[in-house]
Amino acid sequence: MRRRISVVLVALAGAIGTCLPATDRGKVIAQDHGYTPADIENGARLYQSTCSGCHGPAGDEIPGVELARGQFRRGTSDTDLIAIVKTGIPGTAMPPHAFSDQEAAQVVGYLRNMTVVRTGIGTTVLRGVGDPARGRTLFEGKGQCTTCHRVYGRGPRLAPDLTEVGLTRPLPELRDALLDPSATMRPGNRPFSVVTADGRTVSGRLLNQDSFSIQMLDSSERLVSVQKRNVREQGFISTSPMPSYRDTLTVEEVDDLVGYLVSLKGFNP
Amino acid sequence: MTARRSMAWALVFAVAAGTLVDAQVSFERILRADQEPQNWLTYSGNLSGWRYSPLTQITPANVRNLELQWVFQTRAPAEANEKFEATPLVVDGVMYTVLPPNHLVALDAATGRMFWIYSAVISPLARVCCGRVNRGVAILGDTLFMATIDGHLIAIDAKNGRPIWDKALVDPALGYSFTLSPLVVKDKVIVGPSGGEYGIRGFVAAFDAATGTEVWRFNTIPGPGEPGHDTWTDAEKTAWKTGGGPAWVTGSYDPQLNLTYWGTGNPGPDWNGDPRPGDNLYTDSVIALDADTGRLKWHYQFTPHDEFDYDATQVPVLVDMPWQGQPRKLMLWANRNGFWYVLDRTSGQFLQGKPFTKVTWATGFDEHGRPRRALAPTQEGTLVYPNNQGATNWYSPSYSPRTGLFYIPSWMDTFSRYFKVPVEYTPGSQFVGRFPTMAFPALRPPAGAINQRLPEDGYGAIQAFDPKTGERKWEFKMIDVTDSGVLSTASDLVFAGGREGYFFALDARTGAPLWRASVGGQVSAGPMSYAVDGRQYVAIAAGSVLFVYAVRQ
Repeated sequence: MRRRISVVLVALAGAIGTCLPATDRGKVIAQDHGYTPADIENGARLYQSTCSGCHGPAGDEIPGVELARGQFRRGTSDTDLIAIVKTGIPGTAMPPHAFSDQEAAQVVGYLRNMTVVRTGIGTTVLRGVGDPARGRTLFEGKGQCTTCHRVYGRGPRLAPDLTEVGLTRPLPELRDALLDPSATMRPGNRPFSVVTADGRTVSGRLLNQDSFSIQMLDSSERLVSVQKRNVREQGFISTSPMPSYRDTLTVEEVDDLVGYLVSLKGFNP
Repeated sequence: MTARRSMAWALVFAVAAGTLVDAQVSFERILRADQEPQNWLTYSGNLSGWRYSPLTQITPANVRNLELQWVFQTRAPAEANEKFEATPLVVDGVMYTVLPPNHLVALDAATGRMFWIYSAVISPLARVCCGRVNRGVAILGDTLFMATIDGHLIAIDAKNGRPIWDKALVDPALGYSFTLSPLVVKDKVIVGPSGGEYGIRGFVAAFDAATGTEVWRFNTIPGPGEPGHDTWTDAEKTAWKTGGGPAWVTGSYDPQLNLTYWGTGNPGPDWNGDPRPGDNLYTDSVIALDADTGRLKWHYQFTPHDEFDYDATQVPVLVDMPWQGQPRKLMLWANRNGFWYVLDRTSGQFLQGKPFTKVTWATGFDEHGRPRRALAPTQEGTLVYPNNQGATNWYSPSYSPRTGLFYIPSWMDTFSRYFKVPVEYTPGSQFVGRFPTMAFPALRPPAGAINQRLPEDGYGAIQAFDPKTGERKWEFKMIDVTDSGVLSTASDLVFAGGREGYFFALDARTGAPLWRASVGGQVSAGPMSYAVDGRQYVAIAAGSVLFVYAVRQ
């Protein structure tokens, strides 16, 4: 067992280079449930071919379900999760799957290591993460991130809440988001805007909609519900309101900012 | 591109700080909840526990034109042990309510469409005697507070449903749980546990709303050295450790006295008092606590050494009115034990206790207000009125300052046979004794509203009493009993429901039925009223559904 853990450590360290601080590497091993790198790799293939159609490549396309977060509403043990992968969840859109026990376990192995694995996949340039403390200073100061983002219950709510962004987003994506926000903006994070029949504009975050009404958090952070019969125009704004930091922060500063973001693991980590 | 981007900036992040501050629910707003009748800011509508709406658009004349506006269903068919007991809050057009067991939703109060849902992940170790339920949330600022059946208190952002802090306060494996709506007083969130059937040691505790840090705790079962410990007189001196005394119904608050009032539940074990000789303070009591320190100012014990599971888990109703010619700060309390009480809430002095249904466990009171106990469980069984579910229970009563009447959801003339059997404490298991006989299912009918009980088994009623005279003004009888709270309004209406699956409106002065809706499921929640854009609504949970009514336009 000990030998297998070492193998995983070496393999993962190889895969992710120097992009995770030592403490996080420890966490990866602590979360290992005895999967070999080959298991995880095969699990990733199975996931991409079978699961990502609904759950998305990052495991976050079903509202309220963040597979990469490593916490699951309907099960905690691997046994629970293997059973869910195989038998589905009755009464929901999650169907049964004809995986063997080993294949289902490999999928679970991948889910357990999703963030880490994704960090090393499809990325040509990996930089080291910088210093989280310096990153925090930049986040709250020069970067003006707190003008829009909320962390640990403080800050505005219109831009994505970053309290657990270190759990849910792979590191390269965080870096790309700082350099080219519009290209990496997740569809659900696009600002939404409505022009009412009487010419009023309501902008903010789309929370919910149906054939007749729209629910939003508006720019004054009020929960508002608009009837579509009173709406003249509506739609997402496709460019991110976030500026690129390519020209305003140095490479080292971006590293530091990324270092801070990956340290954000939720209010009760 | 640049111009477009800056426009997006301006549109999306033009946060008007002034608006934000105004929109927050300060404690000042909760204190003066009666001044914004369109909102419902705390479990009972105000901190005095009245469940009274100052709205007047729905009247005795037009109530017959009430029609259903929208419904909201729980996420899935409720499990057999789940009931929809929550009273919604409404803040400036947004409704917050809890689907069983702990799914918190934010809804457009005019249409029922959802803004967000927060589902607490519940430990499989959670155990509750009487249903996986929750009675609602509290709010302060932009933060909601939900207490869960696995013993967590969670602060949740009212704007987006994200948790802000989450504290595991008690051990669910030992039978501690939370089912109540928390009470916000100043900058604190106050809760007490359920679990009186599991040999817990109860408490009422206050937590800093910003951080969740515990500020004070009052042990409802006093330990060695604490006042009241000498009312646990077993030779082994261990009974207090499993003494019960939960506090699972939301308390009230008097800002002038700075006292928060809480009712406490039964001692453990429920139906055999032999292992716990003595009065068993502070079970089956009302306790008056300093809201800043949790220090006990006074207590009154309704049922000393309870062996009938009578609890004292009702909302304390605080009323200022003349008493025998003198203006006085009073507390009205219709107890599960069948008596309704008038207490002086400054001192705890007993002023009056009168039966509001058939009562045989006590014959009356001595001059200090101590009940004269007449009956006790026996091996062969003792017939006692009222029954184990009580003459009322956690179902909110109501007080109308217009009619001056006190409205009580009542179980009339019910009885149980109580048996005394040996009881052993096993951690995490029920610590009760033998369940008494009852003609009524304890929690709800097994299927639908079939009723084949006999008239002599008792019945349900909404009763109205005049606290000044002690006189019963009217009674609205139902064939079946009721687990519904009562709402009174400033247009002299009373709303309530029952197990028969009706939600109805009565004339608050006469009890005459004015309107009813067949809701097809048991009402196990308190009604409330609010307004959006000048239109008054009445909301009630029944079965697995929240129903919302307004006058036809």
